[in-house]
Amino acid sequence: MSEALLEIRDLHMHFPIKGGVFQKTKKHVKAVNGVDLSVNKGETLGIVGESGCGKSTLARTIVGLQKPTSGDILFEGKSILHYSHKEMHQLRRNIQMVYQDPYTSLNPRMKAGDIIGAPLKAYRMTNDLERRVKELMDLVGLKADDYHKLPHQFSGGQRQRIGIARAIALNPKLLILDEPVSALDVSVQAQVINLLEDLQKELNLTYVFIAHDLSVIKHIADKVGVMYLGKVMEISDSESFYNDASHPYTNALLSAIPLPDPEKEKMRKRIVLSGELPSPANPPTGCVFHTRCPFAQENCKTNTPLLEAKDGNDGHLVSCFYPINTEKKQLILE
Amino acid sequence: MLEVKNLKTQIDTSEGIVQAVDGVSFTVRAGETLGIVGESGSGKSVLANSIMQLNPNPPTFYPEGEILFEGSNLLKLSEKQLRKIRGNEIGMIFQDPMSSLNPVFKVGAQLVEAILTHQKMSRKNAKARAIELLKDVGIPDAESRMDDYPHHFSGGMRQRVLIAIALAGNPKLLIADEPTTALDVTIQAQILELMKGIQEKYGTAIILISHDLGVISQMAEKVLVMYSGRIVEKGSVNDIFYRTSMPYTWSLLRSLPRLDGVAHERLISIEGQPPNLVSPPKGCNFHPRCPFATEKCLEIDPELMPRKEGHWVACILTEQEFEAEKERLESADREGVL
Amino acid sequence: MFKKKRNLISASLLLLFTVATITASWWLPVLPSEMDSAKRLIGPSADHWFGTDHFGRDILAQTVVAARVSLVVGLSVALISTVLGTITGLIAGYYKRADFVIMRIIDGMLAFPSLLLALALVAALGGSVSNIIIALSFSFWPVMTRIVRSAVLQINSIQYVEAAKTSGIGDLVILFRYVLPNVLSPIIVQGTFIFAKAILAEAALSFLGVGVEPSTPTWGNMLQEAQIYISIAPWFSIFPGIAIVITVLTLNILGDGLRDSFDPHAKGKVNRKKGRLKKQINVA
Repeated sequence: MSEALLEIRDLHMHFPIKGGVFQKTKKHVKAVNGVDLSVNKGETLGIVGESGCGKSTLARTIVGLQKPTSGDILFEGKSILHYSHKEMHQLRRNIQMVYQDPYTSLNPRMKAGDIIGAPLKAYRMTNDLERRVKELMDLVGLKADDYHKLPHQFSGGQRQRIGIARAIALNPKLLILDEPVSALDVSVQAQVINLLEDLQKELNLTYVFIAHDLSVIKHIADKVGVMYLGKVMEISDSESFYNDASHPYTNALLSAIPLPDPEKEKMRKRIVLSGELPSPANPPTGCVFHTRCPFAQENCKTNTPLLEAKDGNDGHLVSCFYPINTEKKQLILE
Repeated sequence: MLEVKNLKTQIDTSEGIVQAVDGVSFTVRAGETLGIVGESGSGKSVLANSIMQLNPNPPTFYPEGEILFEGSNLLKLSEKQLRKIRGNEIGMIFQDPMSSLNPVFKVGAQLVEAILTHQKMSRKNAKARAIELLKDVGIPDAESRMDDYPHHFSGGMRQRVLIAIALAGNPKLLIADEPTTALDVTIQAQILELMKGIQEKYGTAIILISHDLGVISQMAEKVLVMYSGRIVEKGSVNDIFYRTSMPYTWSLLRSLPRLDGVAHERLISIEGQPPNLVSPPKGCNFHPRCPFATEKCLEIDPELMPRKEGHWVACILTEQEFEAEKERLESADREGVL
Repeated sequence: MFKKKRNLISASLLLLFTVATITASWWLPVLPSEMDSAKRLIGPSADHWFGTDHFGRDILAQTVVAARVSLVVGLSVALISTVLGTITGLIAGYYKRADFVIMRIIDGMLAFPSLLLALALVAALGGSVSNIIIALSFSFWPVMTRIVRSAVLQINSIQYVEAAKTSGIGDLVILFRYVLPNVLSPIIVQGTFIFAKAILAEAALSFLGVGVEPSTPTWGNMLQEAQIYISIAPWFSIFPGIAIVITVLTLNILGDGLRDSFDPHAKGKVNRKKGRLKKQINVA
């Protein structure tokens, strides 16, 4: 059961910034800066963070669109970074991706059926192609006569269904979902989230679900990780995460989300973070969050905290010298 | 202060005339916050732009209705008179802080320009006022940041600058169209705090347009719920969130993934897609997606009628019918979960 | 594509020119090569609508027949440089490594004015219709490469290309099914402009005396012969000149029109931008 399908070890992904007359590398944007993660079979790992935290870069690196600067990615226990072209091609069948924007992720000049069938063709699974595509369309809740329609004839939610059908066409084991509902209308979001949950059960899929919205994650994830400036700040099983968030940043994120409940809103106390996200080309020394942390101490400016088990709980890791415990939380929120 | 009466806004598109705003009426009193909530295509942004007639004309037309601002009908005013009101009396903030500032001018210069168009004062005084405004909207080192260009500012900071520009003429009403949608949640929290602070300090009325029911519940006193160009429910924030009486609002609230909900709880979705505005469905616009729909909804297009003091609903169901049906649906859901 | 009146008119005009020049021998009252030494350099008249040249040949007949060479050169150059430019542009835009090499070559070629380059090439190869086509294609394709490359770079960053890569779809399929169909419109538009430019360039080369052999009637050759008579027989220069202007103008209008109709957003975008600008001003 608790066998890791995907394991990421100390992953770094740095992009050079070139400048000057001779296009010399001046600096590096440290988009992903030392990430350790693992996802078990059949599980959903939610990754949350604000723009610029490196979560999308992480996704692109997992599906092999970029070679990481250093670190290792293991799929079913085997390192995939040194795979040959051929091995990589076979691996792609097992790791598929769903994109955020249903408007730019589908080729506007291909019919829905062809879009969904394209991965099958790429792997020469062309027996009964049309039947298989229609099966997939049925699975994601599209009608069979949508087969010959072009993307612009669909609404946002339906387009996202096409994107999902394409991603599951090859029977992958792992699906990377990069903000799959954040571009959709509120009334359509729930449909797509439910669809993803149904598919997970039916096809025994493992998800890495990337989002900026902790309330969406709450409904789908078994395990949640929070990223800030290319690092994991806190990672935990969902229950412990939502009940007992310890990192100041996680708490700030949770308290920043407005609830659709005016009375609760009036009662709520927030941790409003001051300042802005520092540039990932020039991250702060010590704990990367110390410049905005309301609880930062001298220590945080020079020393970097490690991602460690909280109170001996192996399922809940925090990267903070002064995690917020229950009493402290009471004090802040009262 | 602002009274909109039976406003209709039409857009002439290649596919036909779209009723983007279809007979909308509401009022805003001094110092209060009105929230307008709706999905994309519900007409909420067109409505906001209609108030100051910022929709490109043509293809947008205003065949009917009145927009009374302190007694004068904005739809009848000349462009010159309108320009006086825009910024001076009514300020606007847009969703996209990236494209609303001119990239080739310094932020300070743009702000000074905005002040000088509204008020007669010397350039020196205008500069002092600009620095004061930047401080007001929470920009650190306001003096030195005056000489920065927009690209030196982050998204949240740019939105602050835009708020400062909107405040330049001391407006009585601020129209904010999805002001935080492009921002991260922690920055969103900062901007919302800022807007509240400004309202307290200057007594500005705010029309806040958002698709996010959370933002609306945090900020608004009165709420309009829009669906395909119409107001389908209107009332105080408590009416809308606790005494929901319109099937669309009810379904929408129920379908939200909530932070205060139970983890892994299955969401109850609204079936179908938002309607096409060129050829809206017959009868009630919401009936194809409505779990309450009856035969009658196919024919009758319900009008927005008062249900209780200040609480208006556009639905043919009576309060009792709605409550009974709601009860039934909710218990069916509970069984479905078990 | 031809919904717009402008596109329809310019396209049908072009078709008319083509048909007229191909069928010239059937409907022209006189042969273009027929000389009449008694009627040299006569102005426009009922017999000779465009007048006659210094050998007494009919200028209308000459102008119509000369269109053949111009259109053949223009079309061939447009096709060859479009195909070459598209292939190199696709490769350069899609493969980062090839990009560096191809673009340095292209930059080098673009450093010469295209007419000068063609001039040098024709001088080396010798003047014939096919050599002119080769020379002009060679000097026009770098422009096409640049345009295709930049279009591909844009498409490349769009997610459906990335999605195709993660779906395990091969590079060739991605290039021809995902990238090419979405960059076709700038290619066709640019192709039309190259057509027009090539006609002008051919005329210029012939006028400079390095083009098609003087015995073949082309607009450039006609202009070259006419230049000494310009003060006594202006019609000799005017009519081939007008033919060039009309053909090139028609092609340019067609190109512009195609650009608009291929990009339905272009207009809306401009409007929206204006709208936003207006908003800014108003807010200020």
